[in-house]
Amino acid sequence: MAILITKDTRVICQGITGAFGASHTRGCLHYGSQIVGGVTPGKGGTKDENGLPIFDTVHQAVKATGANATMIFVPPPFAGDAILEAACAGIKVVCAITEGIPVQDMITARAQLDSLNTRSEDVSQNPWDKVVLIGPNCPGVITPGPKTGGGTGPKDPYTNAGCKIGIMPGYIHTHISEAKRGKSVGIVSRSGTLTYEAVWQTSRMGLAQSTCVGIGGDPVRGVNHIDVIRMLEADPDTHAILMIGEIGGSDEIETAAYIKKHVKKPVAAFIAGRTAPPGRRMGHAGAIIGGADDTADAKIAALKAAGVSMAMSPADMGSAMLAAMKLS
Amino acid sequence: MKIHEYQARDLLAQYGIPVPAGQMVTSVEQAAQAFKAVTAGMEAPLAVVKAQVHAGGRGKAGFVKLVKTPQDAETAVRFMLTHRMVSPQTPPEGLEVTKVLIAAGVDIADRAGGGKEEFYLAVTTDRRTRRNILIASREGGVDIEHVAATKPDAIIKEPIHPIAGLQAFQGRDIAARLGFTGRGLSQAADIMQRLARLFVEKDCTLAEINPLIITSGGGAGGAGGAGVVTAIDAKFSFDENGLFRHKDLAALADPAEQNAAEARAHKFGLSYVALDGNIGCLVNGAGLAMATMDIIKLHGGEPANFLDVGGSATEEAVTEAFSIILSDARVKGVLVNIFGGIMRCDVIAQGIINAASNFKNADGSTGFKVPLVVRLEGTNVDAGRKLLEQSRGKLPTLQAGADLTDAASKVCAAVN
Repeated sequence: MAILITKDTRVICQGITGAFGASHTRGCLHYGSQIVGGVTPGKGGTKDENGLPIFDTVHQAVKATGANATMIFVPPPFAGDAILEAACAGIKVVCAITEGIPVQDMITARAQLDSLNTRSEDVSQNPWDKVVLIGPNCPGVITPGPKTGGGTGPKDPYTNAGCKIGIMPGYIHTHISEAKRGKSVGIVSRSGTLTYEAVWQTSRMGLAQSTCVGIGGDPVRGVNHIDVIRMLEADPDTHAILMIGEIGGSDEIETAAYIKKHVKKPVAAFIAGRTAPPGRRMGHAGAIIGGADDTADAKIAALKAAGVSMAMSPADMGSAMLAAMKLS
Repeated sequence: MKIHEYQARDLLAQYGIPVPAGQMVTSVEQAAQAFKAVTAGMEAPLAVVKAQVHAGGRGKAGFVKLVKTPQDAETAVRFMLTHRMVSPQTPPEGLEVTKVLIAAGVDIADRAGGGKEEFYLAVTTDRRTRRNILIASREGGVDIEHVAATKPDAIIKEPIHPIAGLQAFQGRDIAARLGFTGRGLSQAADIMQRLARLFVEKDCTLAEINPLIITSGGGAGGAGGAGVVTAIDAKFSFDENGLFRHKDLAALADPAEQNAAEARAHKFGLSYVALDGNIGCLVNGAGLAMATMDIIKLHGGEPANFLDVGGSATEEAVTEAFSIILSDARVKGVLVNIFGGIMRCDVIAQGIINAASNFKNADGSTGFKVPLVVRLEGTNVDAGRKLLEQSRGKLPTLQAGADLTDAASKVCAAVN
């Protein structure tokens, strides 16, 4: 099952003719994702280097290909609009990779997305019932499949039963059929490369990943930790949850309260930025310490109190996960 | 991005928010004329002379002065332009002042029940609710963090609708709760709406007026008599992601206020923050870069910087990153931590080799002298490791880190 995406997910790329869009479309095809087309306004009717049809609008692409997910590489000035275009065209999973979207654009885009979903005050309910936004400024989402090919091209994909939407290296992930310990971990993270690190550590320790979701480093974004953890908790193929947070905002504090109340599966976590000085933005627009809840120490304390197994070093994410699963 | 107070005043004026007359000067010679201009028409001329630096703590440091004559204005400006300003918010050696604002003095009306009619007004983004919010308080003129800590009830927070903006009735409601009455009520409400509009249109992350005051009958110049709701000081910061549509604001950035290394890094698409330690870090990804700083500290070291080379760095950018890291004389060792995703490990390896080949030391020799620990993982890792092995001759101080812990302990051992 996994969450959000499976081998049957039909994916388009918005911004497919740009350098990044083209190279990552290729990367996803090589992994084995069903990329069914792309959108670049004004280039409709042409084909990309892989022979994929290009459309002028997402609406046309959905109609012609039955796409239900999108990967957005549209440049920042137009990315907020691209997110809404996908949502309004009926796409279910919108994954925005673009980095550098103005906060004000995301505030209005989020408000309009929220009006498409049935949102409730009850945190046990999924507020993303119609359309899910992942990102922006994120590595994407992957549901790994077993290695069945060389990963050298669309005719020889890495897997015939997985889906990768985004920029992460596919081969570091492990499918449950190939995991020594026979257990799958769901991973949710605000950071890209730190997620790869966590995937790598869990893979090396004999664990598989069910689905890995990079929620992105921006202050106003789509799904947050709670949203993904709610989905992972409900997913029968996920046996444990690994969460990677960082300084800035109070998302992890609220997630700790949610975990304490609603999550039965083992949870491990790492919070990056314990040594970051207050008031300085650490790369991610959202990674800046403002209030008291923003600090790594406050987040670590709240998660510990919720019974989460904490990795104090980024090198210990895999072992903290094993400890939470009582496998160490 | 931040701007100076004199620029913030211009922005307020552009949006029709009253500010006292003011002029920015850069030399002692301009001071007397500016004083006369901003105090024109005042019975008892009074002006405030304020150093234009981004750091706070100006008043206590002696860089905000009240003056009553053109001569006093000159003396104050001379002092500020020839002394470095040192406050708890500046580096220990202080900041050079190159610009000084001379603004008309304003008499603040007395508040019934004691004190002065000073208020706090700001708009910022609340990430939890994903809304812009207006923050207001009757406790103006002081540090809002102090008010929040001691009298949280004295702070009003009003969410702003993401599409409709701040409504007129919301402004009136807040103004009434702040104690505004009569003419002041609609003036304050109008200022709130204008500030909220400015915040969104200019892609601010903070738009703050502190204090917002009511003028007394003292006949202060510039803002037009008594009973006028006026902004005395303002602070803005802007979303750098939004600057592409505000060429006018981008032009206001003061290069003198930027760390030279950080500005240089920015040009090459690198995200760099200087810190106090002695271990330079070169990492791809912001989260991994923070985590690398954390693990250095766990192993008893101190990171010299945060540096994210980003996902698509070229060999040139890697070379530049090394030269920025090593330009900090305190750096006694460098840790490279790369988990290749989009970024290919062979590109990083080639960048390291090129950087070493081109790096000139102060004594004229070439190559890195400080210990270098490189940990590579991910896309094209084998090619990357092979390249480094083949270039050992050019990298005499190189050690390979097998994993994060190994790399961190090696670099910490090497510098201590």
